[in-house]
Amino acid sequence: MNRKGVERIKIAFGQARAAGRAAFMPYYVVGYPNLASSIDILQTLAQSGADLIEVGVPFSDPVADGPTNQIAAQMALKNGISLADVLEAVHKLRRRAIDIPMVLMGYYNPFLAYGIEALCRDAAAAGIDGIIIPDLPPDVRDGQAMINYCREHGLAFVPLLAPTSTEKRIRIVVQAATGFVYLVSVTGITGARDQLPADLATFVTRVRQFTDMPLAVGFGIATPAHAAQVAQIADGVVVGSALVKLAREEQAVTRIRELATALAGSMRLPLHHTT
Amino acid sequence: MKTVSETTKRVHAQPWQQPDEQGWFGSYGGQFVPETLMPALAELEAAYREAREDSAFQERLAYLLRTYVGRPTPVTFARRLSEQLGGARIYLKREDLAHSGAHKINNALGQALLAQRMGKRRIVAETGAGQHGVATATACALLGLESVVYMGTVDVARQRPNVFRMRLLGTTVHPVDAGSKTLKDAINEAIRDWVTNVRTTYYLLGSALGPHPYPMMVRDFQSVIGREARQQMLDQVGRLPDTLIACVGGGSNAIGLFSAFIDDEDVRLIGVEAGGLGISAGQHAARFADPVRGRLGVLHGTKSYVLQTQDGQIALTHSISAGLDYASIGPEHALLREIGRASYTYATDAEALAGFQMLSELEGIIPALESAHAVAHAIKLAPQMSSDQIILVNLSGRGDKDLGTVLQALGETEHDLIV
Repeated sequence: MNRKGVERIKIAFGQARAAGRAAFMPYYVVGYPNLASSIDILQTLAQSGADLIEVGVPFSDPVADGPTNQIAAQMALKNGISLADVLEAVHKLRRRAIDIPMVLMGYYNPFLAYGIEALCRDAAAAGIDGIIIPDLPPDVRDGQAMINYCREHGLAFVPLLAPTSTEKRIRIVVQAATGFVYLVSVTGITGARDQLPADLATFVTRVRQFTDMPLAVGFGIATPAHAAQVAQIADGVVVGSALVKLAREEQAVTRIRELATALAGSMRLPLHHTT
Repeated sequence: MKTVSETTKRVHAQPWQQPDEQGWFGSYGGQFVPETLMPALAELEAAYREAREDSAFQERLAYLLRTYVGRPTPVTFARRLSEQLGGARIYLKREDLAHSGAHKINNALGQALLAQRMGKRRIVAETGAGQHGVATATACALLGLESVVYMGTVDVARQRPNVFRMRLLGTTVHPVDAGSKTLKDAINEAIRDWVTNVRTTYYLLGSALGPHPYPMMVRDFQSVIGREARQQMLDQVGRLPDTLIACVGGGSNAIGLFSAFIDDEDVRLIGVEAGGLGISAGQHAARFADPVRGRLGVLHGTKSYVLQTQDGQIALTHSISAGLDYASIGPEHALLREIGRASYTYATDAEALAGFQMLSELEGIIPALESAHAVAHAIKLAPQMSSDQIILVNLSGRGDKDLGTVLQALGETEHDLIV
């Protein structure tokens, strides 16, 4: 039996590092293009070299997301997907013997409507290991409450940092983090981009000064070439929109498997990082 | 009639002081935004607090409000309307006479000056009815700032004159075709723009909504309405009104009026939400009136009452007035309601239309459809009050922008006025 929650996340980052890789962390939203396909896609991602999966919860007003994830969320909601459905999907994946860490990623209001204590309890029971909420800074009153419930149920609370984060913000955020810290690569919203931001390495280095916790970088990373660059400087690489985009193309599952496999293969660290 | 000394007596031992340092109005408010924006909010709050204490900034704002906006706006006694209704005397605070046609300019000008002071040259804003967009475009033209306004495509269609106005004023209008294609979606898009361009861009939010410090700042810039109105009532009538009525979308005109009277406990404060086609029909924007869908939630950076589904998805709203067609309400209103200091009711589309027509015919004042909701409630309330009592209605904007919508609505009901 695998260990759960924060422990499972720690182990995943540790194993990737031991294998000389950064962790590959695909994001995918439940319910797009429909519930059954999305569960199959999540399973495919898990079996194509993912070290951790970010399970997206659809929301009607995703202000941190670009068009790809907006459309995916809209369609998922049209399909009637609720937070309970997402947890059920996770449970299903666990029953299919998916044992890598799964982290819930979603906006705060659906969590609040569900009840944050109930959410942490039910998410942990379903097999979720951590929670990422892009519109809930850890030092806002509700953030504190969420952190406490996460701790109670053994879940990681994964806060975000951005290139605009000041030293003061970095200190506050890394202090609140468990599992890993999510670094938003760009000053902007999610979505595949042609190139990585020029100041990314500086940003990662700036955060690294304040914590030994794994740093995962996401937003805008679309290709194995991008991922390889990010893997040189970070402990984890998140790819979302580029995968989500493929879901409505022909042979979607095959194409997602191919991209995921290529991304996973691009995670090698520079030699001096390997153990 | 009450004497001046009685009615001006401040009842509270401590004056109303909200929000707290973290931006909470009791259990409402806060800062629920992507981390990218947290430093920008801190910078904004610091800049605003500095500007608030800076007499040069305040003098420049006051100068422009006087010589450019045309403040103080008058308080008008609505004699014929009052006589017709046969109850309380109704007075109107005439924000419709403010330059650019609504109270929105008070806040737009204040924040544009702040942006200039912070060295931000690019302004983004959202708009529903187009009044805040026009006010922002106006302030930016005056101060030589670049401006971009996001507006839902449904609103673009129903408030076309304001789209033309914004373009004439040199603003880029971005139609937003997502979600309900109204104010909520315009705010989403404005936030995405701000997240992307935060280093160079100032987000000029138009209502008493959003993450701290916006609800506080917008209220402060709109509080000129209440300060003027309070003094004008004392000067013109010799006493304070018994009841204030204002429409509430996000709630900036209402909080601007209410803020000067919160400590006057004898003055009743009433906010009027958009009842749309009726609460039971589910097509409305009455956050406080719908016990099923109107629940505590977080939308656009603030915790307040939000119309939402069981699953916490933001509900689609409906109102004949674009400016009230929004799923959440400013956090300070949620607190005022919770402690019983203000009460909230709603007027339906049909009632607002009737108020629109009645004020036009009896007073020669064509109100904005938003303000017509406040008028509609005054029409209901005045007959229940005595003739020595006074209602002050915030006439937050003028109705030129709504002529198309109103003609269409009347055409549908009367079959002979189709344009």
